Amino acid sequence: MTVMEQRGAYRPTPPPAWQPRTDPAPLLPDARPYRVLGTGAAGGTDPDLLLRLYRQLVAGRRYNTQATALTKQGRLAVYPSSTGQEACEVAAAAVLQERDWLFPSYRDTLAVVSRGVDPVEALTLLRGDWHTGYDSRAHRVAPLSTPLATQLPHAVGLAHAARLKGDDVVAMALVGDGGTSEGDFHEALNFAAVWQAPVVFLVQNNGFAISVPLAKQTAAPSLAHKAVGYGMPGRLVDGNDVAAVHEVLADAVRRAREGGGPTLVEAVTYRVDAHTNADDAGRYRSDAEVETWRAHDPIVLLEDELTHRGLLDDDTRAAARDAAEAMAADLRARMHEDPAPHPMDLFAHTYTRPTPQLREQAEQLRAELEAEASGSEADAGAAAVREGDGR
Amino acid sequence: MTTVAVKPATMAQALTRALRDAMAADPAVHVMGEDVGTLGGVFRVTDGLAAEFGEDRCTDTPLAEAGILGAAVGMAMYGLRPVVEMQFDAFAYPSFEQLVSHVAKMRNRTRGAMPMPLTIRIPYGGGIGGVEHHSDSSEAYYMATPGLHVYTPATVADAYGMLRAAIASDDPVVFLEPKRLYWSKDTWNPEDPPAVEPVGRAVVRRRGSSATLLTYGPSLPVCLEAAEAGREEGWELEVVDLRSLVPFDDETVCASVRRTGRAVVVHESTGFGGPGGEIAARVTERCFHHLQAPVLRVAGFDVPYPPPMLERHHLPGVDRILDAVGRLQWEAES
Ligand SMILES: Cc1ncc(C[n+]2csc(CCOP(=O)(O)OP(=O)(O)O)c2C)c(N)n1
Repeated sequence: MTVMEQRGAYRPTPPPAWQPRTDPAPLLPDARPYRVLGTGAAGGTDPDLLLRLYRQLVAGRRYNTQATALTKQGRLAVYPSSTGQEACEVAAAAVLQERDWLFPSYRDTLAVVSRGVDPVEALTLLRGDWHTGYDSRAHRVAPLSTPLATQLPHAVGLAHAARLKGDDVVAMALVGDGGTSEGDFHEALNFAAVWQAPVVFLVQNNGFAISVPLAKQTAAPSLAHKAVGYGMPGRLVDGNDVAAVHEVLADAVRRAREGGGPTLVEAVTYRVDAHTNADDAGRYRSDAEVETWRAHDPIVLLEDELTHRGLLDDDTRAAARDAAEAMAADLRARMHEDPAPHPMDLFAHTYTRPTPQLREQAEQLRAELEAEASGSEADAGAAAVREGDGR
Repeated sequence: MTTVAVKPATMAQALTRALRDAMAADPAVHVMGEDVGTLGGVFRVTDGLAAEFGEDRCTDTPLAEAGILGAAVGMAMYGLRPVVEMQFDAFAYPSFEQLVSHVAKMRNRTRGAMPMPLTIRIPYGGGIGGVEHHSDSSEAYYMATPGLHVYTPATVADAYGMLRAAIASDDPVVFLEPKRLYWSKDTWNPEDPPAVEPVGRAVVRRRGSSATLLTYGPSLPVCLEAAEAGREEGWELEVVDLRSLVPFDDETVCASVRRTGRAVVVHESTGFGGPGGEIAARVTERCFHHLQAPVLRVAGFDVPYPPPMLERHHLPGVDRILDAVGRLQWEAES
């Protein structure tokens, strides 16, 4: 056999013509954010659901103003308010079953509370007595994630694990518009699509990442468009229209639960308050802009709809307000109690079994605390060190 | 223990066996990473696992280290015990954020509600002629992160025993596999793996009285060779294999140094800010009155890992170790 013949035998067959795996058309988001309220379409939404969401929105707004007030009183180190974004927060929790999981970012305390977590426990991170105040496993709510977008791959892994175990559990992962620029956002969406993991990604596009507007964050036509590249549907929704957000998220959750894989939802909303109480929003946006968005307030939009349909009378309105006030009063009262984390908690949860080094350090602190308590002048730290060297 | 004939096995084979046995023993154990499925990993450590346990248990992931580790966090949250393979030391860096901010802290953030029983296997260290980014010794980064355990086996038996222990641990373990020892052989019976010292204990691999060499992972064989060569100088060197850097076994280390009165820390990682500084400080703090000389370090130079043609000048070798031992004697006399 000649060399050429040999080569011929080894020549690889030409690849088949490349075919896109999915027709992108059904994955593409609408050109304009999807709306329900004020379009006449809200008739399709269950009135009881609308009223329930209304009460949650009113309570959510009050929660935001109360928590913000707590920063002024020094009770919270910081509070990233979700005022103006309540529709997203409330709907994200409302569409989940008890067995589902929520993966919040630092701004999503209200979603966490809407999921049923004690408002005080949800604020522990921001108060400073412990990082996560609530029992994540019991509530199926991951810790509030401060590093941007890093909670998204967790949601994918958890949803994937649940599916492997045969459980029809869905994970709802929340992220801001700025967070979509992070590598973890990309990696999470790609994993989710490849694994067909039952995850819903909700981007709350509130216009800014601290001071940076969306135009400086991305050149994509919309954040929802990013979905297409991963092979999942992208949905664009008016984030201040609670009926629309609820409908789109509920759809996505249903799809995920039925094995249809992940969805990326972009909710267009606005951060009415500053980034946090430490931020000066006047440096990067005008009052006029904020006022435009105030007119498109999620509570006002829903009130108009409910009133128009004769579902909202003064009693209903007052009852919602009273319930919100009661929640705020309770929150205020309990947040005014001084938390007293125990110093030995420092060593409580680093490892299942503390290393010898940590046991030594715990002993040192214990001695210091005892010395402090007995008011003795003895230098407990030095005593502990002497003891360590003597062995 | 039965008396089945023991065959030579490589460290890589022992690691494979450990993964296999762990997966067979506990359906919660999932192996995942780049090329771990059909290929069996670039070092073949996961060879055959996908065929035996299916692709859901031994999964080829997309090529994204943060995504791999981040997904593993979520899987652990749901009760699985992921074993992640990072293809090479320097390619684990994209996942550093997940490691430091979530893997290491999740248990602490949630007051114990969410332990992270996951193992991150990382082939590490040099000496195999790898090109750039394939030879880093990154252990100091991991040691500096509370919440992580850092294991590094140096023998075939430890490779098996310590990997089983890592997978069984309810805390996250960074499991550093010295890649230049992957093909080192030892007589070892996979059907009846010998019990090893619990992780967290250092092991005296060679007894001696002149000085203690404190080492781990890829540098253990080098230290044993140096100890043998040292006999010509009239030195009887004790060699301690640390096995785990976190937790650190002060007790065994200090007992040895108190016996010999002299210590040299040997590792490939850079000296400045490296593990040796921590170890030397611990020994000094605890054994000062027993020391005849300062604790010395023989480490890689403080340079980015060099190209293959220069790595033999960078890696701590027998001569450099014996030199240091010589300086210990001189310090004692001066
Ligand atoms: C990885 C990381 N980089 C930087 C920060 C600091 N940081 C906190 S919030 C924020 C802006 C986030 O904007 P966006 O994702 O749009 O969320 P929003 O605050 O608007 O809800 C930045 C840069 C961080 N938390 N994490």
